[in-house]
This record gives sequence, C-alpha cells and structure tokens, in this order.
Amino acid sequence: MTFSYYPGCTLKTKAKDLDMYARRSAQALGIDMQELAEWQCCGAVYPQAKDEIATKLSSVRALMSARDAGHDLMTLCSACHHVIKRVNNDMATDTDIRMKVNNYIKPELEYSGETKVVHYLEVLRDYVGFDELAKKVVNPLKGKKIAAYYGCLLLRPGSVMQFDDAENPSIMEDLIKAMGATPVLYANRNECCGGYVTLENRPTAQRRATSVVSSAKAAGADCIITACPLCMYNLDANCDESQKLPIIYFTELLAEALGVK
Amino acid sequence: MQTEKEMANDIIRRSGVNPLKCMKCGKCSGTCPAYEDMDYHPHQFVSMVQKGRINELLQSKSIWTCLSCFACIERCPRSVEPAKIIEAVRLELIRRQGCNHLKSDAIPELLDDKLPQQAIVSAFRKYSK
Repeated sequence: MTFSYYPGCTLKTKAKDLDMYARRSAQALGIDMQELAEWQCCGAVYPQAKDEIATKLSSVRALMSARDAGHDLMTLCSACHHVIKRVNNDMATDTDIRMKVNNYIKPELEYSGETKVVHYLEVLRDYVGFDELAKKVVNPLKGKKIAAYYGCLLLRPGSVMQFDDAENPSIMEDLIKAMGATPVLYANRNECCGGYVTLENRPTAQRRATSVVSSAKAAGADCIITACPLCMYNLDANCDESQKLPIIYFTELLAEALGVK
Repeated sequence: MQTEKEMANDIIRRSGVNPLKCMKCGKCSGTCPAYEDMDYHPHQFVSMVQKGRINELLQSKSIWTCLSCFACIERCPRSVEPAKIIEAVRLELIRRQGCNHLKSDAIPELLDDKLPQQAIVSAFRKYSK
C-alpha cells in the first residue's frame, strides 16, 4: 500500500507528534507513506469564492505531483485534507476554475481532478480495514473511555468531503473499538472548536472549546482524540479549567495500541 | 465608487450562491455556533445581499466572527450555503486597499508557545489580502 503523503506546515512544526506517530503506525500496518518532494502550504482554509484562483494553486500542485507519481494522495491534518479535497473537487467539476488554474500553471498534462485524496483515517478504514487493524493491536487500550472529536473540516460539506455520515459519523469510534478502547458518544463531537477565531476574538473560541470538552466530559470520557492541530490547541488552551480533559492526537493512541509509541 | 446594487451583484457572482432559493426557515442561524457574537446573522446576510443592503454588512462584526465551520452549508434544506455569502462580503471589504483586518505587526503579541502555524495561516487568509 503506497501513498503520496502531504504533511502540511503544522505537522513539521507544532504538531510533529501527529506526523511522527502516524508514520510509525503506518510502518507497523504495512502502509508506505511517500512524502511529496516539494509541497507548499495549502493555506489552511478553503477559499470559497469562485474568483479565488491563486489561493488554490498550492493544492493543485500537490495533487498533480501525486498524479505524476501514480499514487493516491494521503493527508493527515484535517485542514489540509479539507482544502485539498475541495480544491480537487473544484478542478473536477468547475470548468472556469479548472481553465484558469491550468492556464496559470501551464502543466505538461492538464489537471482536472484525477487524483484521489484520502485521509489517514480513511486509509485505516478502507485500505487496511478495522478488523485487520484490530489483529495487529499488541497493547489494547482496555478500559479507556475515549471521545472522538471530528470538528468541522473532515465532515463538511458532506457532499464534497464524503468522509462519513456528516451528522452521525462513526469512523473514529470504529477505530477506538479496534484499538480495544470504549468510544464515548457526545453531542458536540461535530461542532466547531472555534478555529482561527482564537486570534480575532478569544472569548468566542473559549466558549466553543468549553462547550465541546464539557459535552465529552459529561458523557464520561477520559480523553478526547482529534486529527487537527488547531482543534487540539483550542480544546486544550481555550477550554475552561474546570472542564479540561487530555486532548490527544489519534495517531498517538494508535501507535500506543500497535506497540510502536 | 460602486453602488450597493453593483456590489451585491459582484458578491452574488463571487459566492456562487442564489439568495432567491432561501425560504427563510432560519436553520442556518439556529445552528450557527457564532450566533451570539454576531450582529447580523447568516439568514440576514442572505436576504440583505438579495436586497442590496451591502454597506451595513460591510460594517458588521459578523464578517469576522463567522468560523467557516460549514454547519449552515450542511444543514440548509435549500442548499443556499450562507457561509459562501458571508465570505464574499468579507472579500468585498478586505480586497480594498488598506482594509486588512489582521495586520502582520499585530501577530507577535497574539502568539503563544502552543499556537499552531495553521491558526496564523488561517487567520491571514480570512482577515487579510
């Protein structure tokens, strides 16, 4: 199983753990992650406007590199996944954007959304399979009650992301079960953590983060797992002290369960 | 200087949204996690752009408090996609010279040890050109 891999800027800096544990776990599961040779920051937020072209180019370059390597493009950070997947959808479905991007980049072979974009979690579900993954668990996380935090970017809009049921997802809960732990369902698992607004209006982010974590805590969770560095930050730094729970990257628990932490 | 009607047409074209599809059910605002921090709410953006009331929206704080969480897009029963309208209004403003909302000089004092690069990149993309 070989994939082109797009880590993104934060996984090389503040979120090195998310990346490191993903690589170790992948090795244990027989997944070959080949980091793209020259990738550029995806921009972290999807440019929604129809006339935004330059802000989509870095994603298209990554998508083209994966196509040229002959692999599906694997992502790990929720934001990178969101941006690259939606830009890819634009390249496949919006003729105006496709024409302008190709006119700008002038690639030898025009790009029109051929690359398949898969998140690391989707690789675990659709390529490895949670049953197979469970067989490779050497250190089951027995007794741990884990709340999966999806946030926004992996799920919405469901018509484009096609990651899971956008209102009632199960992929992370299935992973938690495969690792031998108990998933905890709670109301706010797919509601926003506050995102980038922490820089503009911290009280909003504090309110959002506290509402998510307190919802998980009230449901009896020991900890929360996430795939997003900004969710990790908000749920930790912006949560009210009285409601705090440990916030962990899902890859760290996966590495622990697979005995490669 | 553009008239409000001309700006509204640009905003509609830029967003790709058809505000006339809205049936004013209010589900977008009901599900918005930033609702209480907004002066104008998602459903109002849709109807005000349709009516050409752009100057009020350009001065609203809502264009900075929208979290781009896409809850309104996912949950709109008519696929109106209000977040795209809010983004198009914000772009109407920040594309003007001198109208950046987040300036690079302001960044150092906003940083802390744990703040991920993703937050800074996102904020610049949303608040500045």
